[in-house]
Amino acid sequence: MPFPLPLETLLGKPLMYVVFGLLGFAFGYVLEISGFGNSKKLAAQFYFKEMTVLKVMFTAIVVAMVLIFAAVGLGLLDYNQIWVNPTYLWPGIVGGLIMGVGFIIGGFCPGTSLVSMATFKLDGLFFVLGGLTGIFLFGETVVFYEDWWNSSYYGRVTLMDLFHLSNGAVVVLVVLMALFMFWGSEQLERIFGKRDLKKEPRLRVAGAAMLFVGALAVLFMGTPDVTEKWARIAPEKETLLAERKVQIEPGELLASLADDRLRVVMLDVRSESDYNLFHIQGARRIEFHQLTTFAKQAQAQYAPNVVYVLMSNDEAAATEAWRVLVAESVPNVYILEGGINNWLRVFAADESDITPTPAPPGQDQLGYIFPAALGSRYEAAFPDPHHWKLEYTPKIQLQLKRDKSGGGCG
Amino acid sequence: MTSAVSARPKKNFNWKAIFQRPEKPYVHPYLGGALLGVVLFLAFFLTGNGLGASGGLNRVVVYVEDQFVPEHVDRNAYLLKMAGGDKNPLDDWIVPMIFGAIVGGFVSGWLNGRLKVETNKGPQISTRTRWFMAFTGGAIMGYGARMARGCTSGQALSGGATLSAGSWAFMFAVFAGAYALAYFVRKLWN
Repeated sequence: MPFPLPLETLLGKPLMYVVFGLLGFAFGYVLEISGFGNSKKLAAQFYFKEMTVLKVMFTAIVVAMVLIFAAVGLGLLDYNQIWVNPTYLWPGIVGGLIMGVGFIIGGFCPGTSLVSMATFKLDGLFFVLGGLTGIFLFGETVVFYEDWWNSSYYGRVTLMDLFHLSNGAVVVLVVLMALFMFWGSEQLERIFGKRDLKKEPRLRVAGAAMLFVGALAVLFMGTPDVTEKWARIAPEKETLLAERKVQIEPGELLASLADDRLRVVMLDVRSESDYNLFHIQGARRIEFHQLTTFAKQAQAQYAPNVVYVLMSNDEAAATEAWRVLVAESVPNVYILEGGINNWLRVFAADESDITPTPAPPGQDQLGYIFPAALGSRYEAAFPDPHHWKLEYTPKIQLQLKRDKSGGGCG
Repeated sequence: MTSAVSARPKKNFNWKAIFQRPEKPYVHPYLGGALLGVVLFLAFFLTGNGLGASGGLNRVVVYVEDQFVPEHVDRNAYLLKMAGGDKNPLDDWIVPMIFGAIVGGFVSGWLNGRLKVETNKGPQISTRTRWFMAFTGGAIMGYGARMARGCTSGQALSGGATLSAGSWAFMFAVFAGAYALAYFVRKLWN
């Protein structure tokens, strides 16, 4: 899954910014040729005379959507790695209403006002100056209601999550809705704008048909599931497993837990009973089927210094879980070498309560006997990093994810 | 329909001959929209980011603030994230994007003969009123855009295409806000 590209590592910062500049150039150019530099054309939307705003916006949205999800379906593009605006429901809705008011009074939105200003329209210039003032005022006043501004947060939630539908089904429905809205706006233009629809280019019907066929193609292609995603990256990633590049020794885990620069998230994939008998302090138990959901949350709450460490009794189940998280493109995932059994071999040697099972444990079985299910209250669950000076081969290398700092309008 | 309508400039200071290119009509909205969709797709495909505008303007504002009152910036949790300490608020992908957009708009306006010092307004209001309204509307819009964490490009277009639930709610809110007020300000435009 090569796209989106890791531009910063690939090109370096200056060239990456050139790419964004070129995208911005194309953005401004297209807005201008669509007439978005002209406030009268934009405002006409709200009197049903000329529905240019709605037509351009929704055409852009559905065209981009069909292309994005077709690329996702073909496995060219990783949906987990593209920026999906997180939902802060009420600030979004109230901000949207305020923007609507500003739109009808001022005649632009921020992007279009830039284009208008660039073509020497004075109303565009005044709008930009006003926009800068409004943005300044927001920065100065948001402190008074920051709690509300950060409220109703749902994270990276999509229409697919909301309606429990597949990508393809939502894409088809959105295209149908858009086509219906286009038909409706043409009727409104005919009535309020006295427009002769016969003069409209015939080609638009062909375009609509193409969009619909594209949406159907997305529906039939389906979305790659974890197994398919893994299959695509397996050759490269299996090497990491085979060369033991991602299995960290207990000593490295202990040192990382004590390292303030890192935030180590330990994920224990064992059964609940094993977990209750003994687990490393701070480890969170996770069922195998929860991993995909977890991957989504991990994506949404991405921070560059987070390291995920998976553990099972030995390595089998943890390795399986590693494949899932890596296929879902979670960065910085590691496996505890030798699992909990190895951890106990190192840290529970002096603890007389914890004794090895008489027979060697089976595949991914707990190899120790505990007097009680004390969970993380055994000393071996929180070894003192200053007491244990262990030699280990460092393997954790923080891998930065693709640059999508603030996202959309960041 | 044709350029005849918009080719009636109120004030025309064509001060350089190179800017006197014949004015061409705008492209059909569906074609413009499809091209915009391709640009939006390319942005996501290549970079993982969508398009944006208000975020870039925001960073310009914060940059200017940071030049004059850096201590104030360091005391404000919202501004701190962009310009705290020695952090340069302009060091972000969205900044080259808005400057690219300005250049792109300018080049298109130049090639299509639409570079013209003028004020677009409804026939019933004076140019000054239009300027005042543009400034006021811009301020309201700028405030709302930051509250919503994105403008028409960063939320509606980008979030709409990636099917973010919040962005769709936002989009309908924008149209609702504008339609709700449209009747009362009809004199501005008609």
